[in-house]
Amino acid sequence: MNATVPAAPRSWRPPPFIANPWLRLSIYGGTALYLALALGTLEVNWARVAEGLVRGWAFVAAFGSPDFTSRWDEIYEGMVESLTMTVVSTVLGVALALPVGLGAARNLAPLPVYLVCRGIIAVSRSFPEIIVAILFVKMFGFGPLAGMITLAFATIGFMAKLLAEDLEDLDEAQVEAIRASGASWPQLMVYAVQPQVLPRFIGLSVYRLDINFRESAVIGIVGAGGIGATLNTSFDRYEFGTSAAILILIIAIVMIAEYSSGIIRKRLQ
Amino acid sequence: MPIETLPSGQRAWQRRTMLARLARWAAWMVGVLVVVQCWQIMNADTIWEFVYDAPAQGADLLGRMWPPRWSVLDRLWWPLWDTLNMATLGTALGVVLGVPVAFLAARTTTPSATIARPIALLIIVSSRSINSLIWALLLVTVMGPGVLAGIIAIALRSIGFIGKLLYEALEEIDERQIEAITATGATGAQRIAFGFVPQIMPTFAGISVYRWDINIRESTVLGLVGAGGIGLQLNASVSRLAWPEVTVMFIAILCTVAVSEWVSARVRAAII
Repeated sequence: MNATVPAAPRSWRPPPFIANPWLRLSIYGGTALYLALALGTLEVNWARVAEGLVRGWAFVAAFGSPDFTSRWDEIYEGMVESLTMTVVSTVLGVALALPVGLGAARNLAPLPVYLVCRGIIAVSRSFPEIIVAILFVKMFGFGPLAGMITLAFATIGFMAKLLAEDLEDLDEAQVEAIRASGASWPQLMVYAVQPQVLPRFIGLSVYRLDINFRESAVIGIVGAGGIGATLNTSFDRYEFGTSAAILILIIAIVMIAEYSSGIIRKRLQ
Repeated sequence: MPIETLPSGQRAWQRRTMLARLARWAAWMVGVLVVVQCWQIMNADTIWEFVYDAPAQGADLLGRMWPPRWSVLDRLWWPLWDTLNMATLGTALGVVLGVPVAFLAARTTTPSATIARPIALLIIVSSRSINSLIWALLLVTVMGPGVLAGIIAIALRSIGFIGKLLYEALEEIDERQIEAITATGATGAQRIAFGFVPQIMPTFAGISVYRWDINIRESTVLGLVGAGGIGLQLNASVSRLAWPEVTVMFIAILCTVAVSEWVSARVRAAII
């Protein structure tokens, strides 16, 4: 009597992210194969890692009681060096990025200039900062000058690329209007081009200041001045309290810089 | 609108008021003073004798770097494989750890805005402000040199990057779809699986591939502090002043970076 009719076997599944089944399966298979190979060839000295766990715990504990005082002079000196390097390199890099960026915009520069400037950008962007720092330390000797030049060099590529992209997206109508009034090339730059790109350019410069500070903490490892050298020394001496103090300071400064650069950029736009 | 009366009695339009102009002038003044002061401090620590012969040093360096010693390439395949593994496994680990952090940090999905969200945001900021080289320096001290330290360093740095971009994507989500899913009586987990995940999937894939590309670039230098990969060989050659070998390694690093950038650009173009 009570023949219960089983509900129709309906079930729905969300469509897969990669629609093509062959592509999907080969990606899954390839991933599995790669993972097997990679994990299989991984050489890990587990005994050493286990030994290190105690030390790792000591480091985590050091964050609870960072030691700002015992090496304060060195921390202070490193921080001042890092900050001064950051400021000078950003100003210098941005100043040099202006002509390079102008030259790398296809709609403003003739072809030979364009190629040279794009070349400069490519060279400056392709090497990690720390490798450039190694070369500059060999050339200019140890100290913050080498670090400053490294950061300025990296800044040129970064800023010039973004500036050139902005310039290529320029609103041509405004340029034409100014040109129609009989403006010379410098006047064209000042009245038609500059107002269109300046707010974003300043915003990016502030952002780059941020990046340069973070990088300045790193390039000290290879002898280019700044807090990185102090940090490296503190690790070498196993003074985790000092290392934790330096890391906390870096995080705090980056947070402040990021927060204020966010405000500046918001006000500019 | 600021209007100024000229001595001749004519009224002229000015872009800014007197006060605004003074304020701008003062800001510029302070800026220039800060830069000059910074330059002075930096100069005090510079040994200028080294700087004066920098062009000669540079020329000398280039002379010694050429011609490249290609035979060293045979020793580089294994470190390159290690570099690739550090970047890939590090990214994978970073994704696994970063995704939950992103869900905790996004206003739309966080279980508690007062406790979980600030903690997640703090994790993201700490991970982002410390370069992977510093993480590697730390981990090499703790667990000894090797690829594992590199993988974990890359992962720790990636958490912040993936977490930040993903939680921003989660906050810009289309709320109506979530509402529709909720209206069917879905549980919290089902809402995430059927409401949030499909919406952020393309962004998520793009972010991961982009971070992988950055990680390849970073893992080429992690060896400088002992975390394995091609950087380790580079460090050894630089220490031995074997500049012809350094040239080959630079070229190898450049090629690796270029290939990874190409792959990531292709994958992202396919997704979007």
